[in-house]
Amino acid sequence: MSARDAIEVARTALLAVAPDLAGERIAPDAPFRDQFDFDSMDFMHFVAGLAKATGIDIPERDYPRLQSLADCARYLHERGWR
Amino acid sequence: MPALGADMEAGTLVEWLKRPGERIARGDAVAVVETQKGAIEIESFQPGVLREIRVETGARVPVGEVLALIDGEAGAAAAAPVHATAEAPARAIAAAPPPRPGAAAEPEPEPVVLSGQRRVPISPLARRLAEERGIDVATLQPGADGTIGLAEVEAARAALAPAGAPAARAAGERGLDLAAMRRAIAAAMARSHREIPHYFVSSTLDLAPLLAWLERTNATRAPPGRLLYLVPLLKAVARAMASAPELNGHYEADVFTPSAAVHMGVAIAMRGGGLIAPAIHDVDRLDLDTLMAKLDDLVLRVRGGRLRSSELADPTVTVSNLGEHTADAILPVIYPPQVAIVGCGQIVPRPWVSDGGLVVRPTMTITVGGDHRVSDGRSAAKFLARVEALLKTPEAL
Repeated sequence: MSARDAIEVARTALLAVAPDLAGERIAPDAPFRDQFDFDSMDFMHFVAGLAKATGIDIPERDYPRLQSLADCARYLHERGWR
Repeated sequence: MPALGADMEAGTLVEWLKRPGERIARGDAVAVVETQKGAIEIESFQPGVLREIRVETGARVPVGEVLALIDGEAGAAAAAPVHATAEAPARAIAAAPPPRPGAAAEPEPEPVVLSGQRRVPISPLARRLAEERGIDVATLQPGADGTIGLAEVEAARAALAPAGAPAARAAGERGLDLAAMRRAIAAAMARSHREIPHYFVSSTLDLAPLLAWLERTNATRAPPGRLLYLVPLLKAVARAMASAPELNGHYEADVFTPSAAVHMGVAIAMRGGGLIAPAIHDVDRLDLDTLMAKLDDLVLRVRGGRLRSSELADPTVTVSNLGEHTADAILPVIYPPQVAIVGCGQIVPRPWVSDGGLVVRPTMTITVGGDHRVSDGRSAAKFLARVEALLKTPEAL
């Protein structure tokens, strides 16, 4: 797996939650909540989508490590996603 | 046309969902109306058969006007047409709620449709709107029926508005006109500040028991089934509210009507701006999973779908939750005709005294904005103590 693939899977999960962001530039390193109004309900759906797409069980205590696209890529890599 | 909140003056009929002759059950969506809050499904408050549609699609209709006639179940001939608004609004107006306080901003039906028997030829709603817009009532020209209604005030306002300054229509959620929504929020809050003698009472609560329980609960669930902390929090607030009748209900025409049910308006922000607080019904009686599902559905529909008229017309109290990574406390302003609002700050770790020792606990500052016409700070203080007690045993929520 490349870091690019991981970012792409996170981006896809993000757009599934917030289709209105399609076409927006999403900075990989900036937290979602700093780039757009992303609330806890959005985040919950995002994590659910990410878990489904990758097959990785994501416990709630890991949520703070999933705040940006780059965060997510690092996390997926650590969890052995490929 | 029902008033979908105190800030609504008129709506544009965009679609009829039922046709004349069709049977309608209570709660069926009959029409779709475009308001400052986006497209809203207007539900029928009575069962029957749709007899006649009075308003064409595309028409802008003031609050209180007859949209359609519904024949009651008994086939009642009572659905008298033209002047029915004066005596029997509930029977004649398809989409208007029964004459219970809380539905409309005005205690009386809009008198625009009446013949000129009243000495004051201006409706209370029109007078208030004119005052809010800084329009001198004496300069207003009556309409064809000899009275001054919202349409006349709107016309005067349009004439006064600077040319070439149309409201910026922000693309995005539900085709909302965010500038119009901002004006509507401002009008409601201005009325609140003008009419409601607010008081505020706060408590900072230790949320460790709640969060520990939530972590245990969510650890056993896959991501889609997990609960947000807002869910048990809303439930606790609703249960405490159920035993605080002086904070839960509507104040209209100098009369407070407490509500037995807790229909909780939940303030939901929209991406790109705007705020709306539709109701989840009977929150004190919902189990947490159902409440989570309803909240999820509501957030989704605020952002992309349609809200229903009952969700906008009848919240009995509102909760404004700032959420994570925001600020510590909020002094919330009551949304009339409600008489209380509960504002929740972010959860933040603070030094805390427990059993005489100093510890660090996740805490939340909750502030009640109350209405002195109905209650005193003591009511809010007792309410907050109940919330605190309920949050100590979250498993019992």
